[in-house]
Amino acid sequence: MPEMTYRDAINLALKEEMRRDPSIVVLGEDVALYEGSFKVTRGLLAEFGEERVKDTPISENTIIGVSVGAAMGGLRPVAELMTVNFALLAMDQIVNHMAKIRSMFGGQTYLPITVRAPGGGGSQLAAQHSQSLETYFMHCPGIYVAMPATPADAKGLLKSCIRDNNPVMFLEHELLYNSKGEVPEDPEFLVPLGKAAVMREGKDLTIVAYSRMSVLALQAAAELEKDGISCEVVDLRTLNPLDTETFIASARRTGRAVVVEECWRTAGLGSDIAFRIHEACFDTLLAPVRRVSGLDVPMPYSRKLEKLCIPQVETITAAVKEVLSEKY
Amino acid sequence: MPEETIATFTVRSLRILDERGKADEALMPPLSEADIRQMYELLVLTRTYDERALALQREGRIGTYPPVKGQEAVQVGSACALFPTDWVVPSFREMGVHFTLGYPLDLMFRYWAGDERGLVTPANLNILPICVSVGTHIPHAVGIAMAAKYRRDPVAVVAYFGDGATSKGDFHEGFNMAGVFQLPVVFICQNNQWAISIPLKGQTASRTLAQKAIAYGFDGVQVDGNDVFAVYRATKDAVEKARSGGGPTFIECLTYRVADHTTSDDASRYRSPEEVAAWREKDPILRLERYMSGRGLWDEGYGAEVKRKATRAVDEAVKAMESAAPPEPGEMFEHVSATLGQRQEKQRFVDHPPAPS
Repeated sequence: MPEMTYRDAINLALKEEMRRDPSIVVLGEDVALYEGSFKVTRGLLAEFGEERVKDTPISENTIIGVSVGAAMGGLRPVAELMTVNFALLAMDQIVNHMAKIRSMFGGQTYLPITVRAPGGGGSQLAAQHSQSLETYFMHCPGIYVAMPATPADAKGLLKSCIRDNNPVMFLEHELLYNSKGEVPEDPEFLVPLGKAAVMREGKDLTIVAYSRMSVLALQAAAELEKDGISCEVVDLRTLNPLDTETFIASARRTGRAVVVEECWRTAGLGSDIAFRIHEACFDTLLAPVRRVSGLDVPMPYSRKLEKLCIPQVETITAAVKEVLSEKY
Repeated sequence: MPEETIATFTVRSLRILDERGKADEALMPPLSEADIRQMYELLVLTRTYDERALALQREGRIGTYPPVKGQEAVQVGSACALFPTDWVVPSFREMGVHFTLGYPLDLMFRYWAGDERGLVTPANLNILPICVSVGTHIPHAVGIAMAAKYRRDPVAVVAYFGDGATSKGDFHEGFNMAGVFQLPVVFICQNNQWAISIPLKGQTASRTLAQKAIAYGFDGVQVDGNDVFAVYRATKDAVEKARSGGGPTFIECLTYRVADHTTSDDASRYRSPEEVAAWREKDPILRLERYMSGRGLWDEGYGAEVKRKATRAVDEAVKAMESAAPPEPGEMFEHVSATLGQRQEKQRFVDHPPAPS
């Protein structure tokens, strides 16, 4: 299998799908000539032309609204929001329309829309451009949320999202674009939505994470192994549909769990994951589930402070050790 | 370089039928006597439905309802200019458009009675379900037009909204994108002068709404919205332009919301009876009756027969609405997503199991 970056894997998924299905169009700000702010749409304009790769005016709400209309008109739009932070401008179209129209219209139409949006912190882009908004989308029935951690999953999940008839928020992590991994070449390689991945097996404790947090969790597990601690790492891959079976089975086996989320701690998705583990495994848990989360502050601009706000390998290892300690 | 004028703009206003029922024959679109009678019958049907809906709401038999009264000509006139292949993207006060295109009256009653199955459009009609959110469907119309253009489908997409929607970001962003991509879309504004309690001058400092299109690079025209012929003609020109690749058009139809915003509103608290009375004189049905009478196409006997026929259709629709079985709890999960989550499965099948058949 060739090795490629997360960015190139996403790019390849777009190209393969667009070659396969002429009803797929890509639209967004600076996606055509400029090839995307993160260069994810590189080569698309050259290969597919401006009818299928459209630069739009700076109108996030209408990029989604137009995608909703285009989907009802028979296309499969892949919309790019320059960053997930700008999804806030489009929340009415995302939550009130994209998520609800199929249901409100009595199933008359599918909305096969994929909204790609890079996000996450760690690039020193300050409070308005470093957010992790996944909980917002996961909270809303009617939209799927995919958050790949590896290049292979980025490719396989994006292809599944594009082929799926549900609207999906496909949330990419800006700090993962240059990460590398083996990616299957098969154009029919798909990663199903709603299937978590056990990235590493272990027996002492289960770490549940997603996106870049899964990458950090793997690093933490490798560190902890040096201390004789065996961690299982479950990468959720999609937040909706949520594969509860995999992490519940794992927590039942290990008896302990740590949930890692990049978003704000208060009412963050980790609280729901932790609750599900408590609800399903209460009798077999050896310790309460612990959460590692972003701090409840607007992201500081300072690099030093920003680092404190985002879970790090050390905060994950510390949390794991605390759960395993007698006094916890 | 001396200062110079580099652009000037004009806004056209179209009226064919005046308040006394006199038509400007030079502007009159080609309509047969049968066409004109059909327009009249649809206007009366829309009003009959509307009056009954209001009564049903007062009796507690349907929910909150937004009356159409006074705006029928915008709806019937524009819808008569459409092909069955064109798309209609309505807001929530265009029942006359629906009925002109053949939307079943009983389905519409069911919707206003709180049964979303009333929004399931019959397969032969390209009408999107009602959008109650103000102006948020404008981008959807633009997107459908984008898809139509991409597929080389020679259709027009027609979006309806009110004057209040012209203040929404969706309106400005949607218009802008329609202009940038030169899409086959026609925007029809029912400028009924009031957005709940906000009069037009509280909505915009522009002299007309039509002129807003100019900033986005396409034509805006104002028409007398109580003149069914003017609306028909302006719409026909616009949809033909759209279908043949000429891009978008904005039609501002001047009309008046004679009744309350909805059945939850009391318009007498914020506008004068004199203003309402003046607009009643401009009533679109009265105006067409005067015109038809002058041509020997209308008399009281015919008027009464049309009203009786409309009343019968509405009576039957009310019966059909009230005999429809209420939805089962499982139906609310039906179209949420292709795959239900674990919790949704439990909510659907364990917490709210289907009734034994």
